[in-house]
Amino acid sequence: MTEDSNQPVLRFENVSVHYEDVAALDGISFEMRRGETRILLGASGSGKTVLLKTAVGLVRAGAGRVLVFGRDITALSEGELFDIRGRIGFLFQEGGLFDSLTIDENVSYPLVNQRGAKPEKPDAIENRVRETLRFVELEQTLEQYPSELSGGMRRRVGIARAVVTEPELVLYDSPTAGLDPITANTIIALIVKERDTRNAAAMMATHRYQDGQLMANYRYNPHSGDLERASSNGAEENGLKTIFMVLQEGRLAFEGTEEELKAADDPYVSKFVKR
Amino acid sequence: MLDFLKGPVQAMQDFVAIAGKAGKNVFRSPHYARDILLQMDSIGVGSLPVVILTGFFTGAVMAMQLARALSTYGATGQVAPVLCITLVRELGPVLTALMVSGRNAAGIASELGSMKVTEQIDAMRALGTDPIQKLVTPRLIATATMLPLLTIISDLMGMFGGFVVSEGMLNMAPAQYWNTAWKALEYNDVVQGILKPFVFAIIISLVGCYFGMQTTGGTQGVGRSTTQAVVVSSIWIIVTTFFIGRIFLNLS
Ligand SMILES: Nc1ncnc2c1ncn2[C@@H]1O[C@H](COP(=O)(O)OP(=O)(O)O)[C@@H](O)[C@H]1O
Ligand SMILES: [Mg+2]
Repeated sequence: MTEDSNQPVLRFENVSVHYEDVAALDGISFEMRRGETRILLGASGSGKTVLLKTAVGLVRAGAGRVLVFGRDITALSEGELFDIRGRIGFLFQEGGLFDSLTIDENVSYPLVNQRGAKPEKPDAIENRVRETLRFVELEQTLEQYPSELSGGMRRRVGIARAVVTEPELVLYDSPTAGLDPITANTIIALIVKERDTRNAAAMMATHRYQDGQLMANYRYNPHSGDLERASSNGAEENGLKTIFMVLQEGRLAFEGTEEELKAADDPYVSKFVKR
Repeated sequence: MLDFLKGPVQAMQDFVAIAGKAGKNVFRSPHYARDILLQMDSIGVGSLPVVILTGFFTGAVMAMQLARALSTYGATGQVAPVLCITLVRELGPVLTALMVSGRNAAGIASELGSMKVTEQIDAMRALGTDPIQKLVTPRLIATATMLPLLTIISDLMGMFGGFVVSEGMLNMAPAQYWNTAWKALEYNDVVQGILKPFVFAIIISLVGCYFGMQTTGGTQGVGRSTTQAVVVSSIWIIVTTFFIGRIFLNLS
């Protein structure tokens, strides 16, 4: 990990992905830096999931280049991709929890299976899993199966599994989809807490503008253990910028700060703000 | 112009790709021994009741009908040898495979299909596991070892079913039944009777996995894949048994 800190963690160069006749992604370009937060807004079917999966090589770019930590992953084999994926956390929209495994086994899965993630001592895994589950406030569910948990709890286990290896970049695919507003806010609070505790770069896909607002304007205060409103310039000083992106039918319709988003006059883009 | 061929050709390519990788993985580590054993239990032990029942009643029904047909020629003594050859060469392998296909091609497709639509397969890839190695190869190995064994059990049950009928209806001496049956078998029949279930096992497991892994469209999609897996593997079983039979006829 000797890469210089100015290097983008993620860079898309004119990336396109096609499924038969539909363009799921159409000429997407952007660059994401270390410690940055990105909010990926878009209607259902606009390509959010495909974009996130392309970033880790789960979906192959049909055209263009994807660079992760400065490395072009477009031509890498599945085996070579495992190294890159070990440095990225991924929360799946549909959960992706293994329902034949307990919560404990689910959360320890990346520690056991991911290349370079395995600690030397076996009890190091156990401690790490407990610590991470405590972080999402689900330590008591260790021996349970995903089917025994509520939707919101499963999402939190998903977050625990995504961050248990302390990845440099975490991708959250629609973490609030299908949840009631109160549970949704606790999930976002958790994501903010995770981001601010480790300063990892985070990209979050969502169709709810409120999720993005929370991410952009709130900080986790380790002393009080709560979220608090950040003064906008203070956040800028820390280099913790939040960038919004809006996807429309596979094309990047907008990229910019919250102020720019509010000022946008494109009807599709401003639809996300006015609600 | 040939657009209508694009779908099937693409499907065939994908199938061959999965089959190739799964086959290669058989000889490559890591081997997930626990998954192989679990699948052997579910496919082998789980199918036992169904295979025993179908085997027994197939033999019994066959013996009944054969006795009637052969009595016209005064050849009821031939029931055992004819039954034995038909069971070992054809009915045992095919009926067992069709039963296991209905049970396990469906089971595999729906299990992998649900994993696909809940993004568990993507999660595996994201977390450093090759889903073909972890899911497909264990099912291939387990089915390929269990189906020949199930077929042998089914053959024996069929012979036993035939024996019960012969004893009850034809008053044949037990020793005569088993002796004539045993003598009728040739090396060629036995080879065919073991080779077929082995090939059918490859069809069942790979077709089930293929339809499971390419499931799209949520829960509805899982149902669709399951049905397709059973239909396609059953058809392939019937078609290949014809060709294997054909090859063996030429050999002997
Ligand atoms: N595996 C696939 N096969 C075919 N089409 C797909 C597949 N995955 C995604 N798509 C299509 O790509 C588009 C974008 O999908 P997606 O990224 O899931 O949208 P979102 O996550 O924004 O709701 C949709 O039109 C969808 O139908
Ligand atoms: Mg999505």
